[in-house]
Amino acid sequence: MAETGNVDSRNGSSDDQYAIELVGINKHFGAVHANKNISLAVRRGSIHGIIGENGAGKSTLMSILYGFYQAETGDILINGVKSHIGDSLAAIKSGIGMVHQHFMLVHNFSVLENIMLGAEDGPILNRGVARARAELERLETEYSLEVDPDAIIEELPVGIQQRVEILKALYRGAEILILDEPTGVLTPAEADHLFRILGQLKEQGKTIILITHKLREIMAITDTVSVMRRGEMVATRKTAETTVEELAELMVGRRVLLRVNKGKANPGEVKLSVRDLTVRDSRGVVMVDKVSFDVRAGEIVGIAGVAGNGQSQLLETIAGIRHAESGEVLLDGKPVDVRASADPAILRQRGLAHVPEDRHRMGLVLPFEENECSILGYHSSPTYLNGPFLNIDSIRADAAEKIEQFDIRPPSCRLKTANFSGGNQQKIVLAREMERDPSVLLVGQPTRGVDVGAIEFIHRRIIEMRDAGKAILLVSVELDEIRSLSDRVLVMFAGKVVGERDPATDESELGLLMAGVGADEEVEAAQ
Amino acid sequence: MDTLIQILDLTARSAIPLLLACLAGLYSERSGIFDIGLEGKMLAGAFFAAAAAAVTGNAWLGLLAGIAASVCFALVHGFASITNRGNQIVSGVAINFSAAGLTALLGQSWFSQGGRTPQLGSEQRFGPLELPFAEALSEVPVIGQIYAELISGHNLIAYFAFAMVPITWWVLFKTRFGLRLRAVGENPAAVDTAGVSVVWARYRAVIVCGILCGIAGAYLSIGLQAGYVKNMTAGRGFIALAALIFAKWRPVEAMWACLLFGFLSAVEIRYQGVELPLVGVLPVQLVQALPYILTVVLLAGFIGKATPPRAGGVPYVKER
Repeated sequence: MAETGNVDSRNGSSDDQYAIELVGINKHFGAVHANKNISLAVRRGSIHGIIGENGAGKSTLMSILYGFYQAETGDILINGVKSHIGDSLAAIKSGIGMVHQHFMLVHNFSVLENIMLGAEDGPILNRGVARARAELERLETEYSLEVDPDAIIEELPVGIQQRVEILKALYRGAEILILDEPTGVLTPAEADHLFRILGQLKEQGKTIILITHKLREIMAITDTVSVMRRGEMVATRKTAETTVEELAELMVGRRVLLRVNKGKANPGEVKLSVRDLTVRDSRGVVMVDKVSFDVRAGEIVGIAGVAGNGQSQLLETIAGIRHAESGEVLLDGKPVDVRASADPAILRQRGLAHVPEDRHRMGLVLPFEENECSILGYHSSPTYLNGPFLNIDSIRADAAEKIEQFDIRPPSCRLKTANFSGGNQQKIVLAREMERDPSVLLVGQPTRGVDVGAIEFIHRRIIEMRDAGKAILLVSVELDEIRSLSDRVLVMFAGKVVGERDPATDESELGLLMAGVGADEEVEAAQ
Repeated sequence: MDTLIQILDLTARSAIPLLLACLAGLYSERSGIFDIGLEGKMLAGAFFAAAAAAVTGNAWLGLLAGIAASVCFALVHGFASITNRGNQIVSGVAINFSAAGLTALLGQSWFSQGGRTPQLGSEQRFGPLELPFAEALSEVPVIGQIYAELISGHNLIAYFAFAMVPITWWVLFKTRFGLRLRAVGENPAAVDTAGVSVVWARYRAVIVCGILCGIAGAYLSIGLQAGYVKNMTAGRGFIALAALIFAKWRPVEAMWACLLFGFLSAVEIRYQGVELPLVGVLPVQLVQALPYILTVVLLAGFIGKATPPRAGGVPYVKER
């Protein structure tokens, strides 16, 4: 069993300092042992962090606690009392509330309707509405969680939507609040605000469980932290007595380089040049607004910004997937017709490779075998063809080679792409795009949903590409990633490049820029 | 004036089965269960209503039998698409086919009249209701005429159909049942995590859909007509579906959409073979095709974007 450096919660010692105790929880999904004999004790009125890589079993464990799944063996004790949590209703009744990673809100309902759903107070809504409105007002003032009860969810920013989720839990009388990766969609400022709210909830005596893979958050606000790895609970530490390095090592099971090692950039000639690019989406809203910048050979230009500020559209337009309204793009000094005829296939031939942001939607065909995915977009290259037919042998040999070079696991080119982990799927895409020796590489969210070990590998490969003299444009919503990889950082807000900064710039300054505060007057950043 | 009232009266009569079926579809689809089996359920409702009315001699028992048959089919659809998470379109198609086959088979073997049920007497069907003072007011021009000839003189089911419009609106937006029904059609996971059963909420919606389809069928066979004729729904279930999309899944708009389609078939009935100035006699086929042409044209471009319930057609599976 996993060695838990835990406090003495065994032997059913149920003095009631613990809000939650899990003892010996086991859960399988088919052949996967998702939770192996997990024990965990969460002290009342504390913030308890749970970290681990993707697939470590954190979410499974919390889903068991919230009644989404049933554990095969093991006990759940709530306030020292053994409880059976058969469904979400039972969890709610035991005072457990959960804020899911993907919000459980109905997008076209009002805030009030969302909060009432499942707690309507009788078959006719009228009475319930009045009570909910009053109660909401009380909760809002008590925890300073202001929300307009009549606003429609889809019109609210994500930060506020998350607030609605928290209010929903509090409205149901939650004493224990579980938050699953709550900061993934927030700006640094919004995340700080969330942490203040959590601090306040803790002062009111609520117990909070925070699931995350971001070590910084754990260090910033938790009291205790538990680490999971491959379905096991490997350690529990007092946050004050541990370090980021120790936690990272516990998560991955070996020493991890958190900081990217890279030498000074040696920029050469301009490879990609973007001038006054303006892009509208299908509704006619301006998504990219007169953006101009250059990317030189041998440098990484990072584009920072909160998701949804036009980075995706910018990347797609340069890649030829989306057409621009005006402006121009030069590739190797020659124009690309981004307004009409730009086409990913032609751009690929001209030496532009693209690792799309959403690998599931745009990068891979999940039901395909690995070797089939590894030639997508390059399938008409003579190497892979035998007259009008695919040359299966050469495709598989080529795939096997890439698997070795990129350490893709499991090393089987006949496996369905869907059966690889997120990190390995990403490596399949990277291998495909990098191995064609492009002169310009566009990379979107290279490590989204990728675990710490693979992140390190992917970052190293991107730096190697730079050192080999490629021009790299990197888009990421992870500010840490932008800062550690880029040689120059452009910040996008509301479709505009609002500033260029050195990657060593203070994080809070970048964070403010990402929220549109303190934008440079000269928008022409990268001339 | 008389012609106009006649056409409007025909409009209402044609619109009623559409309206009932359309509202039936509204409950189901708002809960996330697409239902192209409205046609089949109506057909079953029509047949069993007429058959039971013929055998028992009682219109009310006929209505009940129609509802029961339709609900049975609705439950089959629910079992396939909610419990077993099957494809809702396939299940709907299967229901249409089996209803068409079953009614023809049973009709022939029970009554031996080529799939018809026996002609029903006035006791066995829902006859027109004379509203108070209709006779007295019919002499008053315009208002009296409208009251006596347009508003009065329909059967009970007709009044029920129009009453269902505000009732449906109220149920959908002002009750717990409606809130959960709409939520389960948009984001079932939100309902599940709120501790409410997605399966039960969807089953209830599907059952309401069955009841209304059964009534719509009964209106045809023991209200409008006096007996069941083979395949008597004649595509009304599909027109109702078009009206539902047209109305963007909202009850009051559904009524207007059904009245519009009803109006077109009233024109079809009224002007078949009549010589019109300038154009001469309109070809029957063209007039008959009008509702369908209009549906295609309107759906193709004139109603703007009709956004279906977000979780519509997608079986709910807990993640991972």
